[in-house]
Amino acid sequence: MPVAILVGWQLWTAHAHSPKFPRLSTILVDFRKEWLFAQFGTHVVPSLERIGLGFAIGTAVGVLLGVPIGLSPLLRRLALPHIEYWRAMPPPALLPISVVLLRSIGNLQKVSFIAFFCLFPVLLNTIDAVRGLDPTLVDTARSFRVPWPQWIGRMVLPAALPQIVAGMRNSLALAVIMMVLSEYFAATNGVGYVLLISKNTFQLGPMWAAIVLIGLLGYLLNALFLLVERRVLAWHRGWRATVPQ
Amino acid sequence: MLEINDLGKTYGSGDKATHAIGNVAFHVEVGEFACVVGPSGCGKTTLLKCIAGLLKPSRGEVLLRGRPVTEPPEAMALVFQEYGRSLMPWTTVRNNVLLPLRHKKLSQSERTALVDEAVAAVDLTRFLDHYPWQLSGGMQQRVAIARALAYQPFLLLMDEPFASVDAQVRGDLEDLVLRVHEQFGITTLFVTHDIDESIYLADRVIVLAHAPTEVKEIVPVALPRPRDQIATKALPEFAELRTHVHRLIRHERREEEVAPAPIATTHSEPTHA
Repeated sequence: MPVAILVGWQLWTAHAHSPKFPRLSTILVDFRKEWLFAQFGTHVVPSLERIGLGFAIGTAVGVLLGVPIGLSPLLRRLALPHIEYWRAMPPPALLPISVVLLRSIGNLQKVSFIAFFCLFPVLLNTIDAVRGLDPTLVDTARSFRVPWPQWIGRMVLPAALPQIVAGMRNSLALAVIMMVLSEYFAATNGVGYVLLISKNTFQLGPMWAAIVLIGLLGYLLNALFLLVERRVLAWHRGWRATVPQ
Repeated sequence: MLEINDLGKTYGSGDKATHAIGNVAFHVEVGEFACVVGPSGCGKTTLLKCIAGLLKPSRGEVLLRGRPVTEPPEAMALVFQEYGRSLMPWTTVRNNVLLPLRHKKLSQSERTALVDEAVAAVDLTRFLDHYPWQLSGGMQQRVAIARALAYQPFLLLMDEPFASVDAQVRGDLEDLVLRVHEQFGITTLFVTHDIDESIYLADRVIVLAHAPTEVKEIVPVALPRPRDQIATKALPEFAELRTHVHRLIRHERREEEVAPAPIATTHSEPTHA
């Protein structure tokens, strides 16, 4: 099926001679020329750096905030309205203000922007998982007088991990979107920047090549994430198979 | 060892108050195996949680070795009915048993020795590196028992630990609990709704009345030890005790309908008629 679509694209574009839709073969030639690996260091590496940092910071802050909020009903009541408000904010609405607030058009602004939107899926899933901890597990920890660092590290976090990881997967997809978006605005490098510049200068072959690249990045990052998830959550799949849900 | 004085637990207040535990008083001697038996919904778990320091009683006090229990005491370990939810599925049998030892002031080799001994006592040495969910229900409950043993408590509390395993396994687990009680000499308070189980295991059976819970009678069990699933249960004294406890609980259920039958056993001394 994917092959059929690609062949169809090539046949149709070869026939149509439309400047908007260059031939698949042209796109692939441009792709090789631009990205393998001439501009890899100047544009792909900065983009990956932003995704990586933004995703890591967003995830870390999400878990760090999510655990106490999940454990404390009082914090939950205070925090949830704010979380709901900011989560509902469309990301482009915050893009210009992020430049002004952070006085940056470099990595500080871009990484912060990505991290901010990566935060919410992880934060909400962490809160939900920690709040839903099994009361028997809580009583077990209390009856053995498990001190709190160990309670958090060895019991709360592992118990919440499957849900945290599910949130991280959503965050990773968001990170790719936010990377492209942040590079549309006040940027000097990155694949989003190349995409926009190519379009503005009517270089439609390179533009399509950039689109192919971004799609591939998203796909590969997700595949890599799934690989890690399978290892880290092996226990969860085994356990789920034995417990009637 | 363990003293429970005038213990009461009320949920809510005013007209909406639910009296879960009316007034419970009993004690458990050092080294004793005591069973608490009562009909379903008579507040057994609430009582146990109060004793364990997990729940604050509304009235009265629990004394463990002379000290009032206000939080889970160090000298006490608890085995829950829901083994599947009290064990950690993300880590191995070894780490599950190690859990309560990590914060004790012990050397690495002492910890390892305690884990090995406890796991050997429940016959699971081969499964140290398995995950709990790779084991059967009965084996998982044995992991929970090993975890409690490794903690080296003076008092072991067990809340209907075998209610969710099948009958065959249940008999084996009862014998295992008796064996480790003998081997480790831990004072044990075992809560169950199963009359046979309570008599088979206990030195004394504390029979509870319906909510608001009170102690109906404390029945001494003078059956010889070591006990045996077939021989002990075939003894006439066993049958007499069972009939007696049955009557206490049935009588409790139908206070008006059934007239109290004369008690035919020599082993029981009703505390209040």
